[in-house]
Amino acid sequence: MGLSKRLLASAIAATMALLTPNLTSAHMLDLSGKTVEWIIPFSETGGSAKWANFYAPLLSEALPGEPTVVVKFMPGAGSTKGANWFQEQDYADSNGTLIFGSSGSTQFPYLLGDPRVQYEYRDWNVVLASGTGGVAYLPTELADMMNGVDASPLQGTDFIYGSQGATRLDLVPLLAWEMLGLNVEPVFGIKGRGDGRLMFERGEANIDYQTSSSYLGGVVPLVEAGTATPMMSWGALDADGNIVRDPTFPDMPTFKELCEATDSCETSGEQWEAWKAFFIAGFPAQKMVFLPKGASEDAIATYTAAFETVKARSDFAEISASRLGKYPQITGSGAAAALDSATNVPDEARAFVVNWLQERYGVSLN
Amino acid sequence: MELTATALPALGQAMELTFQANVMIHLVLGVVMGLCIGIFPGLGGIAGLSLLLPFMFGMEPMSGLALMIGLVAVVPTSDTFASVLMGIPGSSASQATVLDGFPLAKRGEAARALSAAFASSLFGGLFGAFLLTFFILIARPIVLEFRTPELLMITAFGLSMVGILAGRIAIKGIVAAGLGLLAGTVGEGDSAGALRMASYDLPYLTDGFKLVIVGLGIFAIPEIVALLRQDRAISDRQVLGGGWLAGARDWLANIWLSVRCSAIGVIVGVIPGLGGSVVDWIAYGHAVMTTRDTPSFGSGNIRGVIGPESSNNAKEGGGLVPTLLFGIPGSGSMAIFIGAVALLGSGQIEVGPSMIKNNLDVTDAIVWMLALANVVGTLICIAASGGIARITTIPFRLLAPFLFMIIAFAAFQSGQSIMDLVALFGFGMIGIMLRRFDWSRPAFLIGFVLSNPAETYTNQAVQIAAFRFRKSFEDGIDYLVSPIVIVLIIMTAVSVILGLRQARNMRSEGDVPSGAKRAPVLFLLVVLAYLLVAFVNASLIPDHSAADRVFPRFLAAVSIVGALLLLVQMIRSPEGHPVFADRERVDRAEGMRGLWPTLSWFAGLLFLTTLTGFIIALTVFLLTYFRLRANQNWAGTLLLAGAGILFICTLAGILNREFPPGLLQEQVHLPWPLR
Repeated sequence: MGLSKRLLASAIAATMALLTPNLTSAHMLDLSGKTVEWIIPFSETGGSAKWANFYAPLLSEALPGEPTVVVKFMPGAGSTKGANWFQEQDYADSNGTLIFGSSGSTQFPYLLGDPRVQYEYRDWNVVLASGTGGVAYLPTELADMMNGVDASPLQGTDFIYGSQGATRLDLVPLLAWEMLGLNVEPVFGIKGRGDGRLMFERGEANIDYQTSSSYLGGVVPLVEAGTATPMMSWGALDADGNIVRDPTFPDMPTFKELCEATDSCETSGEQWEAWKAFFIAGFPAQKMVFLPKGASEDAIATYTAAFETVKARSDFAEISASRLGKYPQITGSGAAAALDSATNVPDEARAFVVNWLQERYGVSLN
Repeated sequence: MELTATALPALGQAMELTFQANVMIHLVLGVVMGLCIGIFPGLGGIAGLSLLLPFMFGMEPMSGLALMIGLVAVVPTSDTFASVLMGIPGSSASQATVLDGFPLAKRGEAARALSAAFASSLFGGLFGAFLLTFFILIARPIVLEFRTPELLMITAFGLSMVGILAGRIAIKGIVAAGLGLLAGTVGEGDSAGALRMASYDLPYLTDGFKLVIVGLGIFAIPEIVALLRQDRAISDRQVLGGGWLAGARDWLANIWLSVRCSAIGVIVGVIPGLGGSVVDWIAYGHAVMTTRDTPSFGSGNIRGVIGPESSNNAKEGGGLVPTLLFGIPGSGSMAIFIGAVALLGSGQIEVGPSMIKNNLDVTDAIVWMLALANVVGTLICIAASGGIARITTIPFRLLAPFLFMIIAFAAFQSGQSIMDLVALFGFGMIGIMLRRFDWSRPAFLIGFVLSNPAETYTNQAVQIAAFRFRKSFEDGIDYLVSPIVIVLIIMTAVSVILGLRQARNMRSEGDVPSGAKRAPVLFLLVVLAYLLVAFVNASLIPDHSAADRVFPRFLAAVSIVGALLLLVQMIRSPEGHPVFADRERVDRAEGMRGLWPTLSWFAGLLFLTTLTGFIIALTVFLLTYFRLRANQNWAGTLLLAGAGILFICTLAGILNREFPPGLLQEQVHLPWPLR
């Protein structure tokens, strides 16, 4: 079913709900008077909290019966605790009043075979996939050393990067910089990417990356003040799965462009494939909303229609641009495809990254 | 100057923005909510703001800001109630208030302590807001001066407060701090993810312990159990009349202490990365060091209340600086604040670097609201303090079960795991033992609070410094030895020397008699055994994760040396020496109820919870307790138990919180609140 058809269907359903409330129950859940719990496996302070808090009131308006939607935080073990808990939930226990928001940090341990992971994405039912991007940036004097998009002149410089941990989303920038031949030393133990930016501002770190919305809010003022210069974006995926320029940053070269221009970097081979696989797992479908295992077709259709209603709001582009960036908010079969690409990396890519983490950072995942 | 040209008109606009009817109404509403939330131990700004979040979307920006600022500003005002009246830290910002505020309440001077605290809170809040008005324009470069070495030194300065609070036997205090620091290292290391005293088979431990649980366990449980054993009201005297006037006079007499501690609060609040949990201790240490009459600290010196309470409200003002200027939350509640601001209106206000440039009027309005909220909150609290202080005259056996109920509920909220209750009980036991043998509980808590910053900043500073030294020697020295670092080193050294000198006179736990050798030695051996296990455990961390090994191993080694010195001292000292402090001797002599029967009531509640879930366990607990332990008739029992259940369900319902589930809930699907 195409997007417009879906919209039409939900519009019809909504009209029918107004006219004949009894008939609709066969196709759409009626959540009036209910409370929908949206489990976020992180603390109140992270990017996932922002994302869920943005969607929760909109979702409440869009769901049939306008249930209260509350965001519940269940932090622990880098989101594996909450995800393991969600794995135990059956749809029959909640009947559509329980949804779960995962993030790249939930995906990565799953992909890397972390022993603590007891959850299985294939059991869950995706109803929304939200993409984002990322931008790496440098102090202006270092960025000026670059030869256009050729990063080779930076290879003699020592870099320091404030990192949350090599097995997290930071894996993507760390691997990218290594492929460009940069000597980047991660300083671990920072609590969020905001702390990484502060470290950069204090002059202690001299390379950093932020996700798109944080870049827009926190780094653009530095760029305007002339102290920071963007180096590259990670890019975005086109319909055929190729990496193209990020629509939020159309003037910024992508990592792929830098890699092509830099002699020591290859846009083919196992290293490149591994980077690309983990980039796809971590960014274009970074945050997803799930219904628990065993969810009925009605429930999936109800939530899908609700998120489509949200996306169809006349002010959605305006209110989402600053909060989420200009990235696809995918529903329906697109979301299922996004889930598929985000949770399946080729075995070779996985093996490469596991081995690289072990050799480069001494991280053993067993 | 360009700054004044833009700053002054903005200040005027900010006043116009603030003094509107609907903004003021929302501000007062927020203040009332904040006061209510602050009263409950363990619940603070995070719980309050989470409650507001759902209403923020599309709300008129100034009204929404007023609601949130009103709430955040007064939590450190009303959390004083629990600290002073019950001896339970109302929130992490009021831990130090307990030390002198609670003894004052026991002496029947609760109202005096409360009003001195509120006067200090008011002053601190206003002072913070006042400084912020100007500071916010120039703060950015100053905040950026605080790099990792400076942050590390501030952490060290905070740790130096252990010296003052160490108690009569300094080594005991140091080992207690070492234990606290080690408790803070439990779980996955930040640098390489190595496990310390934890296992993946017990996932709860890998995340480490939460401050709420440690604070409640170390301070609240020992006090509640001790009071319950005595079986009388918190204060055995009637509440002194006119107390609140006396408190205000106390504050006026110590106004300069209040000024200095407010300044401390603003400064520590401004620096991102340290969080507010240590501000009150630094202020308390400062109050002790600048007072001649040290022996009365810990047994009800009003300066010990004025200092921390001035600092913790000023901190909220300071904490807004990194939040507004850098978009970096200084605390958990500020993180939610940032998220909530983005929901307001159509999202045109964005906290962060662009805030001062684009929304200076809004920024100033926030400062105005902060000041106003402090005034309104304080007035309400002072008006209520006389009446609420009467709670100290209620027989404690009627209060205790409700306190157990609230503490268990609050502890569960931190990790939403049944293990939270086990950890709470474990730390409660540690707290009881530390109290019994006169090992400094404040030192333990300071160690715990500063454990993570101390380790992280040490690792990061070492790593970055090594990197700089590789470039050139000068570069490395420049990085490590900045003027701020030198000043902080001097301050730390002075604080340690003065502190240790003062500590000998100070009884942070009141007078503890000395007794026979056996029990104190036994406890020391248990501590030593844990330290040895922790040392071996840390030593087993492999080389590639060395960054996670150094800190706990160093701590364990230092603490082992301290414990061995203590052991030698114990072997060589005669019975009755202060090193054998043992509170249990007099306690039993005074005909108090036994420790274990009293503790087993609480243990029973927790154990039953693991079987039947919280509400059923609580019902059974309250009914049997009031009937058997408190000797109420059936009418009274049903009334009190019913009130307790109704209260906790209402609270959880409003805050949308879950109760701990037990084995029963795994088998059967029950409706809320039983599930």
